[in-house]
Amino acid sequence: MKISEMQKLLEARVLCCEENINHEIHSACGCDLMSDVLAFVKDQAVLLTGLVNPQVIRTAEMMDMICIVFVRSKIPTQEMIDLARDSGIVLMVSDKRLYEACGLLYTNGLVGNKVKE
Amino acid sequence: MSELLNFHFDVDGNDFTSAGQASIQIKKNLRRLGLDPETIRRVSIAMYEGEINMVIHAHGGEADVNIYENYIEIILKDNGPGIKNIEQAMQEGFSTAPDQIRSLGFGAGMGLPNMKRYTDYMKIESEVGKGTTVTMRVDI
Repeated sequence: MKISEMQKLLEARVLCCEENINHEIHSACGCDLMSDVLAFVKDQAVLLTGLVNPQVIRTAEMMDMICIVFVRSKIPTQEMIDLARDSGIVLMVSDKRLYEACGLLYTNGLVGNKVKE
Repeated sequence: MSELLNFHFDVDGNDFTSAGQASIQIKKNLRRLGLDPETIRRVSIAMYEGEINMVIHAHGGEADVNIYENYIEIILKDNGPGIKNIEQAMQEGFSTAPDQIRSLGFGAGMGLPNMKRYTDYMKIESEVGKGTTVTMRVDI
């Protein structure tokens, strides 16, 4: 699935790095706990979260993720948008809740990865 | 054996939201050096977790990344309260982080175990009331 298809499914608004929305993605992770993202994510290119602070962007950068979707209409700060732009990470905002957003992506073919052994 | 390259950072302990800047910079530096992406990922995650810990528990400190021919060494040194029981601190889920840090998505007791998981060698030297030094190595 392309990031642009995900954007349509989630009826999301792109906040930065729109030039990267044609990137292909194969897996995603829905999580509000960055400690767990750092511990368990492996090869998931997209993070869906309701948490809004600059560490979300840094965590995604550390995990080589290329897109963050803020659910429940959470709007990131300008500082976060600047950080993401600096790393080429696409930021989006969706009105959907985390459970619904993940379900929509999953049922449309974007499955999760097995957790790291 | 002397290091081929050294990167030094002062980690500001006053602002949790800015924590991680040194790790982001290291990731960029290692990319410029053309190292293997998985090595870069392991070094930067381990350092990021350590940097976050220094800010949460020790009011910041110093970070050094030394690049040798066969491995990358990360040394994180702080003058914080020290770790009373290292064995307990290494258990997944054990945390002494305040609620405010948990509300920001951290402090779930995964930091130290994660640092060990992503590195090939890790040593913690800590004295209560004096501080902690964590040394980690990732083989190249």
